[in-house]
Amino acid sequence: MTDTTNILVCGIGGQGVMTATEILSEAAIAEGHDVKKTEVAGMSQRGGVVTSHLRFGKKVLSPQIAPGTADVLLGFEAAEALRWSHYLKPGAMALVNDARLVPPVVELGLFKYPDDPIGDMRARGVRTASFDAATIARDLGDLRLGNTVMLGAIADQLPFSADVLLACVVNRFARKGEQVVELNRKAFAAGRAAAAQAATPAAA
Amino acid sequence: MAAVMPAPAASRLLMSGNEAVSRAVWEAGTKVAAGYPGTPATEMLEQLSTYPDMYTEWSVNEKVSLEVAIGASMMGSRSFSAMKHVGLNVASDALMTLTLTGVEGGLVIAVADDVGMSSSQNEQDSRFWGRFAHVPILEPADSQEAYDMTRYAYELSEEFQVPVILRLTSRICHVKGLVTVGERVEHQPKGFSKNAERWVMVPGHAKRRIPLMFQREQELKRLSDRSPLNVLEPGTDRRVAFITSGPAYMHVREAFPDAPLLKLGMSYPWPLEKVAALVEMADAVVVVEEVEPILETELKAAGFAVHGKDFLPRTGELAPEVVKPAVERLLRKEAAPAPESAQALPPLFPRPPTLCASCPHMGVYYTLSQLKNLTISGDIGCYTLGAGHPWNSLDSTICMGASMGIALGMDKGRGEADKNKRILAVIGDSTFMHMGMQGLLDITWNRGNVTILLLDNGTVGMTGGQNTPANGRDIRGQGAPRIDFRKLIEALGVKPERIHEVDPYQLPVLFKTVRDETKIDDVSVIITNRPCVLIEEFKPFKPYVVQEDKCTGCGNCVEVGCPAIHVTRRDRVVKPSGKEVDLAFTRIDSVACTGCGLCVQPCAPEAIVHFAPAGQVISIQPV
Repeated sequence: MTDTTNILVCGIGGQGVMTATEILSEAAIAEGHDVKKTEVAGMSQRGGVVTSHLRFGKKVLSPQIAPGTADVLLGFEAAEALRWSHYLKPGAMALVNDARLVPPVVELGLFKYPDDPIGDMRARGVRTASFDAATIARDLGDLRLGNTVMLGAIADQLPFSADVLLACVVNRFARKGEQVVELNRKAFAAGRAAAAQAATPAAA
Repeated sequence: MAAVMPAPAASRLLMSGNEAVSRAVWEAGTKVAAGYPGTPATEMLEQLSTYPDMYTEWSVNEKVSLEVAIGASMMGSRSFSAMKHVGLNVASDALMTLTLTGVEGGLVIAVADDVGMSSSQNEQDSRFWGRFAHVPILEPADSQEAYDMTRYAYELSEEFQVPVILRLTSRICHVKGLVTVGERVEHQPKGFSKNAERWVMVPGHAKRRIPLMFQREQELKRLSDRSPLNVLEPGTDRRVAFITSGPAYMHVREAFPDAPLLKLGMSYPWPLEKVAALVEMADAVVVVEEVEPILETELKAAGFAVHGKDFLPRTGELAPEVVKPAVERLLRKEAAPAPESAQALPPLFPRPPTLCASCPHMGVYYTLSQLKNLTISGDIGCYTLGAGHPWNSLDSTICMGASMGIALGMDKGRGEADKNKRILAVIGDSTFMHMGMQGLLDITWNRGNVTILLLDNGTVGMTGGQNTPANGRDIRGQGAPRIDFRKLIEALGVKPERIHEVDPYQLPVLFKTVRDETKIDDVSVIITNRPCVLIEEFKPFKPYVVQEDKCTGCGNCVEVGCPAIHVTRRDRVVKPSGKEVDLAFTRIDSVACTGCGLCVQPCAPEAIVHFAPAGQVISIQPV
């Protein structure tokens, strides 16, 4: 099953992890791949951890990505990216929104949130491109564009052209009118640029 | 939800297992489908309610949903009932006699096991029902199979006049894969044929049906050995062969692509002839089954030397990274499983599920956490989270509706050590209607001393906000009769003066009502009346902010447990009395805050105010 591409998307409930993975799936299907996508999200609506596994290739068997076999990690939250970084293949890339979403158990003083989760990932040898998706989205005028920023960020790490993914994003928002589509195009481009900039050695 | 135009036949769609089952149920010409929400089964009925030309319902519980399906089948219609694993415990009373009457119109029961327990109180293996009820079990391994097997299940059900169980797991229900769909075929109900010996199960009639049930089981056994659903894949690696079913098949194939394998699509009755053929193909045979060693035990009893749970875990999913090292240990002839490899990552904080910002349950649990000497019997729903931090205000959870009977048992069973305890029960509206009403009747009839908090948020919250008789809408969102809890509770024997309806956002009122009612030696019911924040009845209020210069770090707002409240700075001071006090200065995430005002009420310095007082603009700080 060596032709299978494994993409792990992680974050917390309500951030749009499942929707982003759905759009990535649509792009893989458009490229003619067999696709399986899985998550366990029973209680995630209540602020829990969400991971979404996407596997595509000629023929996909198990829907689950085994630790150490992910080709790319898309992290919607800094500590969650760290939590799942051991799923990456050695030398594979993590694209991480550096948002810190601190749960009540940490606010109550029962647990500690890591001081620098992105730094911890790099210390573990993970190639990490981090950026602030919320600020990018807000600068474009709408926090909800964060999801598209994230998709833009992963677009150059896929085994197919970024335009295929962009077309799926556009398709998703087409019925909301040209203005919304245009904003999402901009968000996608901004995410792409942010990831590219963060991935250069100088920035890392 | 309004009916939508289903995708045309031959479309290739990315579908979850639940969506695929629903499509096939619709295509099979099913007339009646019923269920009760429960992870991971919920989406089957949700999806079905969007299809035209059939009746769907949320039933009040799983037993009723199966009975509705049985009634439809008696009329000759195809019917469907869906539930999670624990739901079939509730419905099993109906199932165990349905297996005697058999079915007329095809009847398929989809039961979804939460293997690994993402959102359940226990882990069960629903394959046991096959043997227990003498009915066939079909087990798909992905979405396409979920679709194909559901279509086939109706033919099988009608050919053998037997209810068919479709056993799903989370890793089928919630995995999306590509499915080629077909067309709906209309199915004409034959009509009810009056036949007391068939449909009225009194002992004399049941005795005559039992031999027919066993005869049917023998015929199904023969079918299992020739069924194309039970596939023998020869393979080239003679070291080890596998017998497996459901999602475990995909995991085994991923881990051992060349091994001989028997894949069971019909996992009850067992195809023993095919097993015998497989055993000849390799030096060792491993049964890979998620949860219980059902087949392994059966094969050992039949004289086959197979491995299984001596190397594989008894609980959780058998993912490739679990199966592969376990079987490799077997091949190296290591007797005992090696210890789990150390976690590669430093331990991170957990993210347990939390109540949502503005959740009305938060007011209830904050109140309960401020009262002393309570023992609180809880139930199944979002409000089970009251057992967690910071409230720690729920002392038991067993199963749907159990809060009532357990509270009564606590009251009647208490000894000297607990004589001053106040016994409470906490239950949500949907759980109350599912199985709590009978328990309340038991409390009033037997003169229990229990204070009941009925948290009426007008929905099934934990599974995403399904309609219930408490919000006056049916599964399709159409207006439906709405239950009057006050009248119902009075009819169940609670005195009118002991029934209170309280706004859970008004903490002083809630506190006083709970305190007063727990002091009275009688049954009281306190109904909270704010909607779940996930449903359309909830209207967000203006968000709040903490005025930094006024916050004294008392931390009272943190104790409310709202996920929108964050600590910006901690400090420790020594009071004049010499006592050390920890301070937590806070801010409110104004994007997440929906302004319920719960945190405003305990704030000692009155530092929490509305986000944007008249004319004032405050910039949002990024998270």
